[in-house]
Amino acid sequence: MTALWGLLRKETYHITRDRRTLAVILLIPVLQVIIFGYAIRTDVQDVRLAIVDPAPDAATLALRGRFAATPTFRIVAVVSRAAELDSLFQRGIAQEAIVFERAFAEHLGGAGAQLQVITDATEPNTGSLLQAYALTVIQGYERERQRSSPGVRIVPAVSMRFNPTRRSSNLFVPGLMAFVLTLISSLMTAISLTREKETGTMETLLVSPLRPWQIIVGKVAPYLAIGFISVVGVIVEARLVFGVPLRGSLLLLLAEGLLFILMSLALGILISARTASQRVAMLGAAVGTMLPTMLLSGFIFPLESMPAPLRAVSNVVPARWFVFVARSIMLKGVGLTYLWPQTLVLVAMAAALLALSVRAFHERLE
Amino acid sequence: MRRILFLTRAEVLHVVRDRATLAQVVLLPLLQLLILANAATFEIRDTPAYVVDFDRTATSRGLVNRFAASGHFRVVGDSASMPLADEMLLRGRVTMVLTIPADFESSVVRTGQAPVQLVLNAEKGSAAGVVQSYATRILAAYSAERGAELRPTVRTRATPHEAIGVSMRSWYNPTLDYQHYMVPGLLVALVTMIATLLSAQNIAREKELGTLEQLNVTPLTRGQFITAKLLPFWVLGLADLGLGVAVGHAVFGVPVRGSLLLLFASAGIYLVVALAIGLWISTLVDTQQQAMFVTYFILVIYLLLSGLFTPVDSMARWVQIVSVLNPVRHFVTISRAVLVKGAGIAEIAGPLAILAGYAVVTLTAAIHQHSKRSA
Repeated sequence: MTALWGLLRKETYHITRDRRTLAVILLIPVLQVIIFGYAIRTDVQDVRLAIVDPAPDAATLALRGRFAATPTFRIVAVVSRAAELDSLFQRGIAQEAIVFERAFAEHLGGAGAQLQVITDATEPNTGSLLQAYALTVIQGYERERQRSSPGVRIVPAVSMRFNPTRRSSNLFVPGLMAFVLTLISSLMTAISLTREKETGTMETLLVSPLRPWQIIVGKVAPYLAIGFISVVGVIVEARLVFGVPLRGSLLLLLAEGLLFILMSLALGILISARTASQRVAMLGAAVGTMLPTMLLSGFIFPLESMPAPLRAVSNVVPARWFVFVARSIMLKGVGLTYLWPQTLVLVAMAAALLALSVRAFHERLE
Repeated sequence: MRRILFLTRAEVLHVVRDRATLAQVVLLPLLQLLILANAATFEIRDTPAYVVDFDRTATSRGLVNRFAASGHFRVVGDSASMPLADEMLLRGRVTMVLTIPADFESSVVRTGQAPVQLVLNAEKGSAAGVVQSYATRILAAYSAERGAELRPTVRTRATPHEAIGVSMRSWYNPTLDYQHYMVPGLLVALVTMIATLLSAQNIAREKELGTLEQLNVTPLTRGQFITAKLLPFWVLGLADLGLGVAVGHAVFGVPVRGSLLLLFASAGIYLVVALAIGLWISTLVDTQQQAMFVTYFILVIYLLLSGLFTPVDSMARWVQIVSVLNPVRHFVTISRAVLVKGAGIAEIAGPLAILAGYAVVTLTAAIHQHSKRSA
């Protein structure tokens, strides 16, 4: 046991000595929460609106006033010909345009007036949202104009469950935890173990009285600790800076996190057993774990949007299951009654990877 | 001039000879484009919806059918049980629950007004907003239709929904194809990766091998050295862009509305910036491995803040201001404007001027830094 203790101390010493790497490991999550919280957002605000009004009259001015008064919209240009719109859109000055017809007020009192809403739909979701925003303003204007008039109105009472303010940070933080854990557990473990191999000190460790499992425990335990600290840090930062909720049980979240760390560590050991140099290990960890975690876990891009083959591949990405579990615990506040299937998948994956990595490590011994 | 050509030839031979580099330059970008264009999407397709219909009348069924037929929703189940719907929402099986109250039809007939309830899973914030906008539009169309049926007599007078006939146009991307948005951005990412990474790695390798010292004692001037080093990668970057545009157009149907000449001329300017950043990184590091790490770190931040994945318009105000300093952002803007919107030189003059300024500043700084280091 004292031998294991010695290895642990040596490993901890190694990590704390390399201050630059340690700083990077601890800083990356902090930085990423900030970047994702502030920069990676998909909500639409402050829409730049252009107005095409060939013949301003009372009705067009009233409707324009309504748009100007809505905080979502900012009128950036008023032109008289629709032909000028192309350039406004191409320059990125306007995102949406309202095109009035001539004699708008007159038609409105008579047979009905025509109005065109044009959006820059280069980004399709923004385009759809902008159309809906404009429609709301126009409908509000109509309702006010003829309150007593007949017709059918179906009024939807909309409630946004789990994320009423629709903030993107609520979505990203659970995914970010998976990313940070993969980075620290898989990448760092793989590099640290291959370094011992590369420098030849692994042989020294192997002839020491340490048992193989003790070597593994000694090597990975410090990273387990760092991973755990990072996760807690991310949760606290997300809560303090962005007010991301934690509706479910913290204990369950930490337990699932531990499960995921264990699996990532096993993956790191497996990668290190199969590679000979730090460079290959790094590449393997990056391609084998980081990219899938980033792209195929639903962390940034929703899985439902992907074509079926990619969705099928995503099933073998552990982070996909962890992201779902973490998100459900934090935002929906559900417990194991709902999450047992995903948890079971995680347990099975962790067990399989641990078994594989121990075997790979033993094989190397012979 | 002859010296530049000789060194350039040596560089080209290096690239062509080394299969790994060749694969990195040609195969990797194509693979990335094909995978990323499919994976990196926020497209919202048939949203799974659950219906709780307490009314069970012709009117309520008509509404449900309208949702199912819209192409935006897939009704995965219905019952008259709220707890069941809640369960589906919590399990993540459905994204929206539509609840129709018991007196729906009679309310519509008697008062002309009826409420329904939409509960959305808003975990994915903006996606929920888009889903809601689809639902609202379906409800509006359905109520206009029922209004016309129920009160044909009042049709002579304009009903509220006919008073203003609103027509919607989605310019530049009428089919709302997400890949038309992503691919022009991804092209920029690929070109940037290739140019910056290769130039950083290449010069770091000369350093590592010690051959940089040898070149320093030749009659080659600094300017000649850098021109000869960067020229092959500049050409490679343009070639990769050409390849990417061709694949994007052929495989994903990405439109080419503007002038390709304008796109490549802008790319030529942008590549100088990307290469200069790579050169600058190479002066800071000693080994190829460090060059790779530093480049990835810088590029990830550049790319995330460029509006490539999520619109710059949605970012926090201060991030938007900071992102003006980001050259990648300007070329992403140009690429989308020229390819998708068909912009001419007058429309992209602003970002193009910034890029040109950047090219001069970064190249001067990088050459200066390089001379200082190797002197």
